[in-house]
Amino acid sequence: MDNMKVYLDNNATTPTDPRAVDAMLPYFYQMPGNAASRNHPFGWEAEEAVDYAREQIAKLIGASSKEIIFTSGATEGDNLAIKGVFEMYKRKGNHIITLATEHKAVLDTCKAIEKKGGEVTYLKVNREGFVDLAELEAAIKPNTILISIMFANNETGLIQPMKEIGQICEKHGVLFMSDATQAVGKIPLNVKELGIHLMAFTSHKMYGPKGVGALYVSRKSPRVKVTAQIDGGGHERGMRSGTLNVPGIVGFGKAAEIAMTDMEEDSKRVSKLRDKLEAALMANLEEVYINGNKEHRMPHVTNLSFKHVEGEGLMMTFNQNIAVSSGSACTSASLEPSYVLKALGLGDDLAHSSIRFSLGRFTKEEEIDYTIESLTKGVTHMRNLSPIWEMYKEGVDLDAVVWSEH
Amino acid sequence: MAYSNKVLDHFTNPRNVGTLDKGSKTVGTGLVGAPECGDVMRLQIEVDDATNVIKDAKFKTFGCGSAIASSSLATEWLKGKSIDQALAIDNMEIVEELALPPVKIHCSVLAEDAIKAAIKDYQVKNGFEVTVEESAH
Repeated sequence: MDNMKVYLDNNATTPTDPRAVDAMLPYFYQMPGNAASRNHPFGWEAEEAVDYAREQIAKLIGASSKEIIFTSGATEGDNLAIKGVFEMYKRKGNHIITLATEHKAVLDTCKAIEKKGGEVTYLKVNREGFVDLAELEAAIKPNTILISIMFANNETGLIQPMKEIGQICEKHGVLFMSDATQAVGKIPLNVKELGIHLMAFTSHKMYGPKGVGALYVSRKSPRVKVTAQIDGGGHERGMRSGTLNVPGIVGFGKAAEIAMTDMEEDSKRVSKLRDKLEAALMANLEEVYINGNKEHRMPHVTNLSFKHVEGEGLMMTFNQNIAVSSGSACTSASLEPSYVLKALGLGDDLAHSSIRFSLGRFTKEEEIDYTIESLTKGVTHMRNLSPIWEMYKEGVDLDAVVWSEH
Repeated sequence: MAYSNKVLDHFTNPRNVGTLDKGSKTVGTGLVGAPECGDVMRLQIEVDDATNVIKDAKFKTFGCGSAIASSSLATEWLKGKSIDQALAIDNMEIVEELALPPVKIHCSVLAEDAIKAAIKDYQVKNGFEVTVEESAH
């Protein structure tokens, strides 16, 4: 048991599906061509492979293949979408609306936009993590050009009401962009039905290789254009220059195809395991809280707070064997606890006590059983060490204690 | 970030975990840190009033591995020391002993503060002259 290695950090990155790896291999040596080489068979077969992957990926999200721009990943996609729209639609306006719980790839891009004279509204979320639709609509001004709302949150797995947001955007003639990194390939979604005009996602969160992603840019009603952020050979219809990562794109395409066929079964199986993990931990231990809404969330994610236990310390009890993430300050470079959890109204203490479990296609039931056992032991160990757990057990009102801030 | 073997050892087998009777005159209790900051240390000493030597020390800590290891090490060092010797413990000695990385130095500072707070509590409780200097941290 002690050499068990359990990977429950699939929201950070997923293993590459061996079927995707197999599809990629010929494109490293046997077929090394540059997809932009128009005058020899090496280039043609590379271009053909890229076109095929583009179709596979477009199909997964209900788009046409011409609407897929290949990037290096979702961070680049977020940058290209937001900065690209800001520059392209300057004459229409300079106001962007987004959420406080977005990924840093969106938030920091918005900060950069503010420095360039843009105006950004960061909407709050409620205790469950949802955007308030009335507040969103009220935030729209005549100079609003873009609303950027993430599909599913990376920390809590919470899924925003995308269709309703799409309708608001449609009603007000505002472009709708989504960072869908955590959602694509894991839950069914269709950009046309949802009214999404730009959507960034990445291969390595859906069992494809790292270093390749895509930005969906709507070509019809409306026809959206973004200003390129990387200048060069004019690849990807001029929106993103740079030689295409052919093997990566082929693997990404294959991963999209696998997602189409396996998604339903994967998600049923994984959500069952997730529910088992959650229920067992809540039965074995007192004072365990689920962070974020329970119904509208990704099937493979749970974010739990173990009261009066510090997340990084807790992780140390099992991290030789189990990989998870924590919202504890000690795990971040900034020494600040998770801003996403704080936006849900969690106190700093509960944010410090949080652990994110993100399961995946390759998670096995015995791994979940082992995790339940390890976590139960770990939390008990940490609570035996915790002075505030002891005080809580003695009935001390912790809010009334005068702590020495440091 | 990888932890040193000493941190791992103190974390896995913490020394002197527990609670002394905080009502006793021979016991000094230091509670430092705050839950919002992610670490709270409670360090207690029991002093032999005849010899002025710390005969027992206990701790409980809410925090990361380095915070737990720092307080565990502190209790080890405190036992058998006089009050004056205990006051001379510097956080940098803890940093060196545990090979704490720069980002974890605050854990050792907290342990030093906890030692000082426990001694101060003992001295105040017994009407002794308080020899603890205000923390420079």
